[in-house]
Amino acid sequence: MENQQIIDALQKQFGEEAIYGIGESHGILQVTTSVDNIVPMLHFLYADPVMKFQFLTDLAGIHFPDAVGQELGVIYHVHSLENNVRLWIKAYAPIDRPNFPTITDLYASANWMEREAFDFYGIIFEGHPNLTRILNVDDMDYHPMRKEYPLEDASRHDKIDELFGR
Amino acid sequence: MSEIALVNNPNVGLDKTQKGGPYVNDLSTLNLGPTHPATHGIFQNILTMDGETIVDAEQTVGYIHRAFEKIAERRPFYQITTLTDRMNYCSSPINNMGWHMTVEKLLGIEVPKRAQYMRVIMMELARLADHIVCNSILAVDTGALTGFLYVYQWREHIYEIYEEMCGARLTTNMGRFGGMERDFSKVAIEKIKVLLEGLPKGLKEFEGMVMRNRIFMDRTQNVGAISAERALNYGFTGPNLRAAGVDYDVRSLNPYSSYEDFEFDVPVGTKGDTYDRFLVREEEMWQSLRIIQQALDNLPEGPYHADAPHYYLPKKEDVYHNMEALIYHFKIVMGEIDAPVGEVYHSVEGGNGELGFYLVSDGGRTPYRLKFRRPGFIYYQAFPEMIKGSSLSDAIVTMSSMNVIAGELDT
Repeated sequence: MENQQIIDALQKQFGEEAIYGIGESHGILQVTTSVDNIVPMLHFLYADPVMKFQFLTDLAGIHFPDAVGQELGVIYHVHSLENNVRLWIKAYAPIDRPNFPTITDLYASANWMEREAFDFYGIIFEGHPNLTRILNVDDMDYHPMRKEYPLEDASRHDKIDELFGR
Repeated sequence: MSEIALVNNPNVGLDKTQKGGPYVNDLSTLNLGPTHPATHGIFQNILTMDGETIVDAEQTVGYIHRAFEKIAERRPFYQITTLTDRMNYCSSPINNMGWHMTVEKLLGIEVPKRAQYMRVIMMELARLADHIVCNSILAVDTGALTGFLYVYQWREHIYEIYEEMCGARLTTNMGRFGGMERDFSKVAIEKIKVLLEGLPKGLKEFEGMVMRNRIFMDRTQNVGAISAERALNYGFTGPNLRAAGVDYDVRSLNPYSSYEDFEFDVPVGTKGDTYDRFLVREEEMWQSLRIIQQALDNLPEGPYHADAPHYYLPKKEDVYHNMEALIYHFKIVMGEIDAPVGEVYHSVEGGNGELGFYLVSDGGRTPYRLKFRRPGFIYYQAFPEMIKGSSLSDAIVTMSSMNVIAGELDT
């Protein structure tokens, strides 16, 4: 199964305007879509008799503070084991309303992955059965993987870019 | 029983001989962990018990969370290797090599054949060490200590090979971007040959003692079973998925580091229970020995690392006597070298499943985002479903056979 077939099938089902961006990285197709389209798209890819994207490899949150209105993103890594084809589906949401639909009813494995994305990025997965922090302590009041939280003490002089001509 | 327990027990003082009596069938809560001698790691399970039977379980994870993904966003690429071997510390070379291959994919470095074969040997040794730990400890958890001693000396031997290759035993930091940091020494080759000769004997002894043992079979068959469909839905990978009957192995489906050159079988189970997981791991050890033998026999001549001076740390002698090597050494160690913009995903077959690295680079000296796909984190979710309705001792055995490593679970 070629990547072009997946693009054609998705465009036929959801219309060309539903797919914002198409890219490829080392053979893995990546498709950017809107938050509303995630659930129908994953259901379609799961149920399609040829494509059968029935394995959720991973779900990664990401934060782009400079992309206004699209700061928080989720990347769904799905894998069609029968065809041995991987696919990334990306969607972005504004940071003041980071609401994504849950996909736990489709993939049981998404449960902890979504909790992890909530824990570290504050992405809210609507309809999730138990959206609580998973790795960090419960009374933490921020989402540590967001870019506004620097990792090290900013007063360290050996890390100042200027001194190294960077 | 203490007095308080007697007071709080609603069944005390009731006539238990009376049929359909008024006693309350109350559930009790049992805290298994966070540090329990039978769970091999920091795991907490809050079990709801009905007598001896588990009704429900709730896991708490994150006790040894060390924020690796956040730390990685501040570190130059080569400094992240030391983070990866602290994840699945039972098979750290696999983590190291997986990370190196991810970065090589981003940088577009072609690794010479000899280095690829050397990596295969080290990765299979790591798989052997991982499976030896998992299976022999599973036997210990069912009460068989002797078999553990037969194979554990070979795990010690594998660690000596690590030491010979990189100087460390547990957190190996083995290999470099572009290949290995040093070639096999005579001692290393000798030790691998001793292993190839000796481990089969130990393994046979172990299998003879445990595999068809009535007690072991009774304790593990039909315990903690999961169907292939549920296993896939729960994101199982590695031996746990193969025990359920799905032949997904990254080494054969998406070969990396020349795995396509070797002949090996992918064992699968049928029921997905604890006994099947044990058998799949046993067979994988034999296949690993086969791969190591082939790689050693056909080890190509040539360089053991790629010619990538911007990323490959030069030899120490050169750093002292060669100007260029000194410059590159400084630049690499200080993390001065920018990586190209890109987004890559690379996965390897880790000791307990598909270990993936999702790396987003914005062209800086550190990753913009690095996500580790830890197999243990994903499949451990299924644990409550697998132990519901079984007894506490079965839950211990099930957890032991799932090969969940706390360091990997919590990053």
